[in-house]
Amino acid sequence: MSEPTGHAAPSSPAQSWARSSGGPSVDDEVVLRAIDVTKAYGGVQALKSVTFEAFRGRVNVVVGENGAGKSTLMKILSGAEQPSSGSIVLDGQPVAIDSPRDASGLGIGIIHQELSLFPNMSIAENLFAGRELRRGRRFVDHAAQRARTAEVLGRLGQDLDPDGMVGDLPIGKQQLVEIARVLLEDVRILIMDEPTSALSNHEVDVLFGVMQDLRRDDVTIIYISHKLDEFRRIGDYVTVLRDGSVVAHEHMSGTDTGWIVRQMVGRDPDSLFARTPGVIGDVLLDVSGITVQGPVRPLVEDVSLQVHAGEVVGIYGLMGAGRTELFEALMGNRPSTGEVTVRGKLVTGDGVRARQLAGLALVPEDRQRDGLVQTMSVGDNVLLSTIGKLTRRGLLPQGLERTVAGDKVRELSIKIPGLTAPVTSLSGGNQQKVVLARALLTEPVVLLLDEPTRGIDVGAKSQIAEIMSALAAEGYGVLFVSSELAEVMSLADRVLVMARGHVTAELAGAALTEEALVTASASDRVLAAVTAASDEPHQPTPEDSA
Amino acid sequence: MSNADVAAAPSTQQPAPEPEGPSRGDTFARVGLLLLRGRTLVVLVLLIILFGTISQDYLTSGNVIVMTKHVAINAILAIGVTFVILTGGIDLSVGSIAGLSSMIVGGLLYSGLTLPGGGVVYLSVVVVILIGLLVGCFVGSVNGILITKFRVPPFIATLGMLYVARGAAQLSSNGGTFPNLAGTPGHGNEGFHVIGVDKWLGIPVAVWIMVAVAAVAILVTTKTPFGRRVYAVGGNDRAAVLAGIRVSRITIAVYVISGACAALAGMLLTSELGAAYPDTATTYELNAIAAAVLGGTALSGGRGTIVGTVMGAFVIGFLADGLVLVGVSTFWQSVVKGAVIILAIVMEQAQQRLQSTLTARAG
Repeated sequence: MSEPTGHAAPSSPAQSWARSSGGPSVDDEVVLRAIDVTKAYGGVQALKSVTFEAFRGRVNVVVGENGAGKSTLMKILSGAEQPSSGSIVLDGQPVAIDSPRDASGLGIGIIHQELSLFPNMSIAENLFAGRELRRGRRFVDHAAQRARTAEVLGRLGQDLDPDGMVGDLPIGKQQLVEIARVLLEDVRILIMDEPTSALSNHEVDVLFGVMQDLRRDDVTIIYISHKLDEFRRIGDYVTVLRDGSVVAHEHMSGTDTGWIVRQMVGRDPDSLFARTPGVIGDVLLDVSGITVQGPVRPLVEDVSLQVHAGEVVGIYGLMGAGRTELFEALMGNRPSTGEVTVRGKLVTGDGVRARQLAGLALVPEDRQRDGLVQTMSVGDNVLLSTIGKLTRRGLLPQGLERTVAGDKVRELSIKIPGLTAPVTSLSGGNQQKVVLARALLTEPVVLLLDEPTRGIDVGAKSQIAEIMSALAAEGYGVLFVSSELAEVMSLADRVLVMARGHVTAELAGAALTEEALVTASASDRVLAAVTAASDEPHQPTPEDSA
Repeated sequence: MSNADVAAAPSTQQPAPEPEGPSRGDTFARVGLLLLRGRTLVVLVLLIILFGTISQDYLTSGNVIVMTKHVAINAILAIGVTFVILTGGIDLSVGSIAGLSSMIVGGLLYSGLTLPGGGVVYLSVVVVILIGLLVGCFVGSVNGILITKFRVPPFIATLGMLYVARGAAQLSSNGGTFPNLAGTPGHGNEGFHVIGVDKWLGIPVAVWIMVAVAAVAILVTTKTPFGRRVYAVGGNDRAAVLAGIRVSRITIAVYVISGACAALAGMLLTSELGAAYPDTATTYELNAIAAAVLGGTALSGGRGTIVGTVMGAFVIGFLADGLVLVGVSTFWQSVVKGAVIILAIVMEQAQQRLQSTLTARAG
């Protein structure tokens, strides 16, 4: 699997540019090199002997699907994680980056995807947290901090009050504060992990301007992104990661969108379960006009969809597209407007229980946070939703619990040490199956699976895929969310693409291509069209936060 | 953590045969883990041996019965509080609820119920006790509604209720005491002393009531869907919601249970004293929480057992009475009690560390 397929990935990327790329500057100089870096978490290999190079004063884009190992590699480069093996060379010198502090000493800064700000402190205080400017030895020099903050905010084109509370800022501005914090240091290498996911178009432009400035100042940028048209605008080099390995490394001009998508997805026959669509039956789930209000804009806006018996329908989209919110609304766990009809009956009751009774069941995206009760056993977790049905004269006969839970465990071939074992002792794939077993016990007609294969190994992924297909064949309707192109392509009979709360495309058959999915999920053009269509006559302004 | 765990431990560990036999260190660790899991029982046995050796009077049947009766009231309070803590909440108002129900019951027995028309009705003891329980349920439901519907954190909601209920108890008599609750034959309200003073088969009725409450609570926590949901809400409330559990209902229910247990404890205390005064059971909430924690109930929710809580109550009660018997000053009693509670948590942490080391070594 570490052997790249398709477009041959060269063992030494430098050679490939000489060979294939259109306009690489021959004098581009490697400033940072990770050599044969491996990282294992328990039994899972997050990185398999990765060799990665970043060029001085260039924007080095790293792309790959969720779980490809991008974030792990960045954590290693920024000192948050230590590699299991391999070495890092900076300016030709081997370096040990044992902590974020070490990284910062070497001039490596990182902007995380998740904000790491103190919402209860001012912008200036956030920028200088942990390295306050002093007046004398003990006292914080607030005036100097404010002045430097205003300066760096000005560089970012932001007219924000340095004394303003970070918690009061919209999320896009918070992202810019995060960026400002890194700019304060003398960074030579700046890692940006999907910095634009919360930014408005205008803010993205500002950020790209800053990146151009930094580039001119010989700062090396390592830029992680999902948004193809965005990074193609700014990037000089692109490195594609897949399943923990580098599969391609090219000068940007030597690539096109289709090529990048093919590299990201790859073709790995073992890991993919090829589904043969079955007989499509009646409409089981009919959703019309679901809208979920959000703090700034609707998280889900006017989404309608249908799921038939025997059908597996995928919802593809980037993080923040509103997929999870849609599922939560369908499951009655998030206030929404619009109509949900199951098996021809309009669902009237609110709350999860009403939706369960109507025939919906959800397997949530975040197993640990929303799926499992970690303090309970495997058996208790499996029976959590349906325990009320197992009573005899108000009490729970132990034998019955064991039989019901045990049957489901065998049916889904969940590997467990025993029904009384703590659920936390299971592997990710088996934990996922526990949550699935619980959902199936509620006797649903439509299953909502939110990222059903996230964070589980390849073998378990294909098992889950098989189960989904088998359930459809039994007459269930299956609706699942995924951000993995290969998974959506191979599993779904039909795919809805979501972006910014809207369904931007519905693809099936020959129209269902990777490029079409990527375009519909991230293209600014499509998004602009969507915004125009929803007759919002407002331009993105600096105040437009999301 | 509990009896059930102690019993389950060997059976879950045996099926995995050791490749080359357990090392000596492993055996020590296993025994240590077993002792730590059953620590409440171990501590209780050690206490009994210690005080039994120092004082000849400690283990006489008379003294054990007296001590158990002391335990009974705290145990009933602690059982109620355990339900709340299992959901990840806390109930600081149980002492005040006990005081309030004590005053209402006392008032009804002592001066009867004044009707709007001016007449006075005396209710039978059974009815009065039911009203006392209803008062507890009502106050508990207010706690639960504040926490679920108005999103007041449990600590704040029940802290407020601690003051409100205590104030209400004082208002009910203007701060005075209802001195004589024996009732009068003509009013048909005699017999309140039965629950707090009388014995049945040589054992105080209060102890029987504790046994009954504990038995029902054990059944509810281990053998009913409601019990399972209580643990689920405390273990992960988000997952519980998505599993279709109506978390608000469960939450309100546990505060009602806690209120009812508190009211019952308050009435037992009042019956024992034969008088109701507004300061009844002041600060008892702390003893109740201490018993639950000593018994292995995690304040973060989702972990704990009724059996553990009852044993925790026994440790606190037998320790306090033992210290009195051997003549330790009240100031030192307080120090020792506090130290034991802290020690219990230190031991719980040690247990968890040891457990994860063993699990890691096994895997």
